[in-house]
Amino acid sequence: MDFLRPASWEEALAAKAEHPTAVPIAGGTDVMVEINFDHRRPEYLLDLNRIELLREWEVGEENVRLGASVPYTQIMENLRAELPGLALASHTVASPQIRNRGGVGGNLGTASPAGDAHPALLAAGAEVEVESVRGSRFIPIDEFYTGVKRNALQPDELIKTVHVKKADGPQQYSKVGTRNAMVIAVCAFGLALHPETRTVRTGIGSAAPTPIRAKEAESFLNAALEEGGFWDNGKIITPSIAKQFADLCSGAANPIDDVRGTAKYRRHAVGIMARRQLGWTWEQYRGTGRPLEGAA
Amino acid sequence: MTMRVNFTVNGRPQEADDVWEGESLLYVLRERLGLPGSKNACEQGECGSCTVRLDGVPVCSCLVAAGQAEGREVVTVEGLADYAKQRAEHGGCASGACGTSIDSAKKWEAKPQDSQTGEGVELSPIQQAFIDAGAVQCGFCTPGLLVAADEMLERNPSPTDADIREALSGNLCRCTGYEKILDAVRLAAARQERQGEAV
Ligand SMILES: Cc1cc2nc3c(=O)[nH]c(=O)nc-3n(C[C@H](O)[C@H](O)[C@H](O)COP(=O)(O)OP(=O)(O)OC[C@H]3O[C@@H](n4cnc5c(N)ncnc54)[C@H](O)[C@@H]3O)c2cc1C
Ligand code: FES
Ligand code: FES
Repeated sequence: MDFLRPASWEEALAAKAEHPTAVPIAGGTDVMVEINFDHRRPEYLLDLNRIELLREWEVGEENVRLGASVPYTQIMENLRAELPGLALASHTVASPQIRNRGGVGGNLGTASPAGDAHPALLAAGAEVEVESVRGSRFIPIDEFYTGVKRNALQPDELIKTVHVKKADGPQQYSKVGTRNAMVIAVCAFGLALHPETRTVRTGIGSAAPTPIRAKEAESFLNAALEEGGFWDNGKIITPSIAKQFADLCSGAANPIDDVRGTAKYRRHAVGIMARRQLGWTWEQYRGTGRPLEGAA
Repeated sequence: MTMRVNFTVNGRPQEADDVWEGESLLYVLRERLGLPGSKNACEQGECGSCTVRLDGVPVCSCLVAAGQAEGREVVTVEGLADYAKQRAEHGGCASGACGTSIDSAKKWEAKPQDSQTGEGVELSPIQQAFIDAGAVQCGFCTPGLLVAADEMLERNPSPTDADIREALSGNLCRCTGYEKILDAVRLAAARQERQGEAV
């Protein structure tokens, strides 16, 4: 094994181009487990810890540009207002020690269906900026997950920045597990209201081969909210709309039975989380978020 | 192939040789530098018994690649007493002027001060509180808990119970049932507060 320690982003890209089999290591919270247990013996480890730009974030007009290695702890502490869904999801990851090291770049690199960043990114809307010596490209988050623990990265590419849409309305995230800390999601759900575009987006984790959006459920709810004038009148969403939305979210899931839970339970739980989160976020929208509220 | 890693451990520069590239910081600390305070229980980030500070931040040393520690500062449980002392007296350590040498770290033992003779190694407030509260049974989880709890008290001198639970949620204990550990952290926080008022 060889340990490559690029001091700059350019050096890292050059190293990855020269050694496409090199395994990048950021927080190491996935990579080191595999090495400690001899599940992986890479020829090269490519340490990203010295690359400052990967640890930086910037809040822009529409997006937050989140460096791939920004640890979850920083997201929770500094980006709660801009990225509430991702901040909530970050807080559910493992433990303080893990959150101090692990970040979204590593979560995307591993692309586990259970990764907690994914549903939040899908719901908020995001693009993954990846780069190689050949140039850079933006991958829409919906196209990033290509299979079980597979992503759209080419062998010579590295994740540089995740461009996440700044919240324009309430967001929620929850996951089902056996206890509060240190739990891999049995299944997870994220929801974001986007009052500016009058749309709703979802993200489902651990309930299909990849993280997914419940697109049919989104379209149904978007139409129902529009039709009932809900975005303007701020009325309580009717139970029948909420139920149909929850059922469609359940239906979008394509889970398996495994040690953490059965497919049936997962589908059920996704529906419950969807209905609850719709209630919570809509209450918040009615309370604070409605643009016309109180206008003379 | 192997490599050399230069980093600071408990305030003193150290050099580890013949380090395998896939080796963890935990392995280097225990097996190459002879500091067995950080414990190896799971090697997968689940138990927190290997917790150290890396540039001030609590991390599982079993999940840090040794090469990632190059040029950085590590504090282990063996250096905690001195680290806490420097923090209390000077608000930190002027580099080189303090710290715990590798030899004294290797010999470090948790000997609380004898109230009669005044002998023994000085303990950090959190270490003393663990002893006073009876928060140690087999002791395997203790080093990691001490490092995590000390860092929380540094950040948050008056933690709520929820804050304490959250800060220690990455540290497993199979013996105590955690109640005495919570007592110990509350005790250390209360003592710290009293001392703060006295100054
Ligand atoms: C005890 C424990 C509990 C955990 N609990 C959770 C949990 O609750 N929820 C959850 O989502 N995850 C959990 N994880 C998994 C892990 O912490 C996360 O996936 C984390 O986001 C990984 O980030 P990292 O920086 O540590 O990744 P690393 O381990 O450094 O890397 C992970 C993968 O991403 C690749 N990679 C990293 N950075 C880049 C980059 N810039 N470009 C290209 N590829 C890159 C690596 O090559 C590797 O394949 C847990 C892990 C442990 C050990
Ligand atoms: S040995 Fe590192 S967390 Fe258990
Ligand atoms: S005292 Fe034995 S594991 Fe905690």
